Amino acid sequence: MKYSYFPGCTLHTQTKNFNDSIKITSSLLDIELEELKDWQCCGAVYPLTADSTMGLVSPYRSLQKAYEEGTDLVTVCSACYNVLKRTNFAVSNDAQIRKKLSEYMDVDEYAGESKVLHLLEAMRENKGFEKIKEKTINPLKDLRVAPYYGCLLLRPSEELKFDNPENPTIFEEFINSMGAIAVDFPNRIECCGAYVSITSKRKVKGATESILKSAAKRNADIIITSCPLCYHNLAKEQEQLVQSDYLFKPIPILYFTQLLALAFGIEVGSCGFESNRIDARPILKSKNLISGGDAL
Amino acid sequence: MPTKTKTKAEIADIIKRIELISGENIYKCYQCGKCTAGCVMAGEMDISPYKVIRMIQLGLVEKALESESMWLCAACFACRERCPKEVDLSKIMEALRVIQVRDGKPLIEPEEVADEVIEEMPQQGIVSAFRKYN
Ligand code: SF4
Ligand code: SF4
Repeated sequence: MKYSYFPGCTLHTQTKNFNDSIKITSSLLDIELEELKDWQCCGAVYPLTADSTMGLVSPYRSLQKAYEEGTDLVTVCSACYNVLKRTNFAVSNDAQIRKKLSEYMDVDEYAGESKVLHLLEAMRENKGFEKIKEKTINPLKDLRVAPYYGCLLLRPSEELKFDNPENPTIFEEFINSMGAIAVDFPNRIECCGAYVSITSKRKVKGATESILKSAAKRNADIIITSCPLCYHNLAKEQEQLVQSDYLFKPIPILYFTQLLALAFGIEVGSCGFESNRIDARPILKSKNLISGGDAL
Repeated sequence: MPTKTKTKAEIADIIKRIELISGENIYKCYQCGKCTAGCVMAGEMDISPYKVIRMIQLGLVEKALESESMWLCAACFACRERCPKEVDLSKIMEALRVIQVRDGKPLIEPEEVADEVIEEMPQQGIVSAFRKYN
């Protein structure tokens, strides 16, 4: 199945390992991602103002382009997903907004005809989890993986319709299909503090620590995410936690497609583990998922 | 005692502005506290989320605007998801931020952010923060 692909600003810059692993793995699942031409940053946060629609211009443009291409739009960064899908919801349901946007941009009116899908949804739509089972040549046996959903994939649920907002299961399905163990931990849908971490007063300490400790209590080996900001907050604050709490054992944070690449037997050097803030290779080596030589 | 600096009419104007920007009816909130029970940032806030709404209802808008709470709201939408009255508190927090920003009182200026933060933070995080704080 062919889709337009919206990488977003972070996957093209800081988290190339996420983007690379998405490309390698999705092609093996018959999900053909063609990067949207001239895409622009979606704005990263959905504008919550009722009196201004300016913030919707950029996401509307991307949606409109995907529609022109005759495709649905796949994105993977949780923030891009939230913004694009909410914008699509708004223009589908609010004739005034779409009229304003199309007139302002001088383009044909687009009313939400294309779908916005997260890669996990595209997998679900294309029997992806069964295919993962078939194509896994390096089953992630005994690896305890904690799926961290965060906020932006799940809420607001009436607009995103991604999964059950209080008890989602799609990441668990993904983890199980690679032969790994999905760790059920209470804080998997709680917020990490998001952009509040820019103020450097460590106001996200409480939020991140409760997520990390909750995963640690359930003996997670790895935490997976699809959000670069969650990744950053959980990894950065964890470095402080390791310093202050000598009982806390580091839990590497990975992008979910990095693990998929490993399960598909893709050469370790191409899974992007060397760019992760907390090195996952020692734990993967201890589970015999990569060889000693690979880990170096 | 804080001195009263705004007239009744000015306060009513600010309340109207909050409702216009957020698109929410603040009087729908019946103070059950469910939003606050699930707010991961509430512990950091000087005024907890349900109290922010109460203050606006009571016309204590200056206090609500002076508080740090709206800057600590991470727009996680947990409150909105769970509110039995379908009040979208994330939009009310946004309205308070937007009022400050539009009135020339942003939380951060680009040049104040440490180089190390810009270096480390994903682009998505930087864009989000400036959309919310400036
Ligand atoms: S959950 Fe809704 S009704 Fe209850 S206090 Fe919060 S905003 Fe008000
Ligand atoms: S959106 Fe803001 S106020 Fe609501 S639960 Fe999240 S952090 Fe708290």
